[in-house]
Amino acid sequence: MTTRRLMSSAAVAALTLSAAGAAQAENLTLCWAAWDPANALVELSKEFEAQSGHSMSFEFVPWPNFADRMLNELNSGGQLCDLLIGDSQWIGGGAENGHYVKLNDFFDREGISMDDFAPATVYAYSTWPKGAPNYYALPAMGDANGWFYRKDWFARPEIREAFKAEHGRELAEPTSQRELMEIARFFQGREIDGQTRYGVSIFTERGSEGITMGATGALYAWGFKYENTPGSYDMAGAVNSPEAVEALEFYKELYQCCTPPGYTNAYMEQSLDAFKSGQVAMAMNWFAFFPGLYADPDTGGEHIDFFVNPPQNVPASTLGGQGISVVAYSEKQDAALEYIKWFAQPEVQAKWWALGGYSAHNSVLNDPGFPDSQPFAADFLKAMENVQDFWQEPAYASLLLAMQKRLHDYVVADQGTAQEALDMLIEDWTEVFEDEGKL
Amino acid sequence: MTDVIATAADRAARATPPSVARRVRGLSDRAIAWLFVAPTIFLLLAINIFPLIWTIRLSFTNFAANRPNREVDWVGLRNYERILTDGDIWLSMQATAHFLFWTIALQVLIGFALAWLINQKFRGDDLWTTIIVLPMMLSPAVVGNFWTFLYQPQIGLFNYAVAWVTGADPSSFEMLGSVTLAPWAIVIVDTWMWTPFVMLICLAGLRSIPESIYEAAEIDRASPWRQFWTITVPMVAPFLMLAVLFRGIENFKMFDLVVQLTGGGPGSVTELASINLKREAFEKWRTGYSSAYAVILFVTIFGLASIYVKALNRVKAR
Repeated sequence: MTTRRLMSSAAVAALTLSAAGAAQAENLTLCWAAWDPANALVELSKEFEAQSGHSMSFEFVPWPNFADRMLNELNSGGQLCDLLIGDSQWIGGGAENGHYVKLNDFFDREGISMDDFAPATVYAYSTWPKGAPNYYALPAMGDANGWFYRKDWFARPEIREAFKAEHGRELAEPTSQRELMEIARFFQGREIDGQTRYGVSIFTERGSEGITMGATGALYAWGFKYENTPGSYDMAGAVNSPEAVEALEFYKELYQCCTPPGYTNAYMEQSLDAFKSGQVAMAMNWFAFFPGLYADPDTGGEHIDFFVNPPQNVPASTLGGQGISVVAYSEKQDAALEYIKWFAQPEVQAKWWALGGYSAHNSVLNDPGFPDSQPFAADFLKAMENVQDFWQEPAYASLLLAMQKRLHDYVVADQGTAQEALDMLIEDWTEVFEDEGKL
Repeated sequence: MTDVIATAADRAARATPPSVARRVRGLSDRAIAWLFVAPTIFLLLAINIFPLIWTIRLSFTNFAANRPNREVDWVGLRNYERILTDGDIWLSMQATAHFLFWTIALQVLIGFALAWLINQKFRGDDLWTTIIVLPMMLSPAVVGNFWTFLYQPQIGLFNYAVAWVTGADPSSFEMLGSVTLAPWAIVIVDTWMWTPFVMLICLAGLRSIPESIYEAAEIDRASPWRQFWTITVPMVAPFLMLAVLFRGIENFKMFDLVVQLTGGGPGSVTELASINLKREAFEKWRTGYSSAYAVILFVTIFGLASIYVKALNRVKAR
């Protein structure tokens, strides 16, 4: 670094500090789910504290209670959170019920452009109505549902031979959902190192969003759509299309054939446990967990590899991830906006990725070195090209719980047929949209 | 003795400041009684009666607590009609009825049997009583959590115990994951946790029976079996009925233990009415609809409990 650069950096730092000194130092509370990336954000935010003079507190809630806790907080006009990294599906309710501050003027004033972020993340995490240039969040954490597997088992000669003898092809990362089931069946009940192993761990949780997030991985890959025409709420023929029925039957078969015993109410944590304890050959989970999985001393490193959700009729992945919003009930909105301004900087975003967060900033994602920066980075890029999200309507909770019930009744409780489950789901959703006055 | 009390009362009266004494003296007994009861009545009105009336009012609207800006419409009896014609609600009522019936039946039978055994006076009976009542001292969340481990098909002690007895493979059945076994799994846990409560009530009943009645029966050469049916059971019956009332009310609103164990699943086979209501009220935020649901549940419990209390009073009067 030249002397001139050093001096200018010092001047910028001095200006920032003096500006921070002039403004009132606040204690900001940032609310999010309790998981690996949240720890990375705590680390990252230390830089903000040093630069701005504000201090940061964090309220992290475990995933199963996250929606309940935070939506209650917003609905009651609570002031616990100044900043909230809320799920993508909350954006409709956040905007229409006045929980989130609209950020358009702030973005214009500070020169923050949404063109600098991956379009899929801007669409999913920031806009309401969908696709309209009304921004209620800054894309904070790109995420999708992906897969990981025991690379070391896949590489063993005796296992490879057995698989080839059974299926007439090499054992490799699956390139379709059907191949995924084939591999899962192959590992189900297989003795490896003297222990019985199982095929896959998938999401089957009933209470929050688990089984919906898992099953949509198959539904989207078969070409599932929520509506025949976007925005029409015309669901018959789309939600219960023959492809959707086939996909749901597939998911149930995968659950029945290839998961460990007792796997009836499993979500992120159980999936991680099943993999880390060496029970399963493959597992689904959010990309957000992949840095931690790769770092695991027993099942990470050379033991693990990752792949994107395999296509069937179309390439598709279930969207995860969140945007960061300023809570409308906060009395520290100026300081909260300062945080967003700081967070949107390309260099902060680069550091965010380096620490284990998933930046959605183009400067990070389009960096030529990005695909090789982590063993799962290329898959993440591939997944984000084809992500699909659940309804983001203000009534999303009713829509989600209806789907949870119908899917769990069919997949886990083995009641009725896939066709009946999807037909009843349309009835449930129609009732919700009628109550909303949208039908 | 009476003189001593009178003197003490006089002393207290003389020690009372004149203004207070004058004020209190000016009030009738009835007014003073109201004065004492008023705070309780006020609290009852504020905490119980007002929310009840408010809930009834909301039950005729489409109000959603998470949508404060949305216009609230008066929908008449539509919410009630939708609930009473909703097949899923009836399924959850059936699950509640199954849970209620079997937990109460098992707890009464086992609780009474345990109380009878403990009442036989043997060495260490106090220690056994303490050990038996331990489960009901635990938090339902803790109980739910460790029973999920006990029921785990691969490592759960419960599965291994059943396998040891039956010779089946421990992983061949899933207590919490099977549609047929899960309703029984929650009955077993609740019975394990709350049988001691029924036992304690029965024990109080058994110990309240005067020994002289049994002595008289023995003089009349009544057999132990006859003594049991003509003395023990009738005299413990009011206590048993009280236990049934307590457990019935508690289990009708059972929530925490079952949520921890099954979350209402698999599918919806263990989704009891209170779990279903919570989902409607605080997850789907259908406040008007769930208010109607709550009113229906309240009327059901209140109605059944009233009939039951009348029956209990009749038994006590006998």
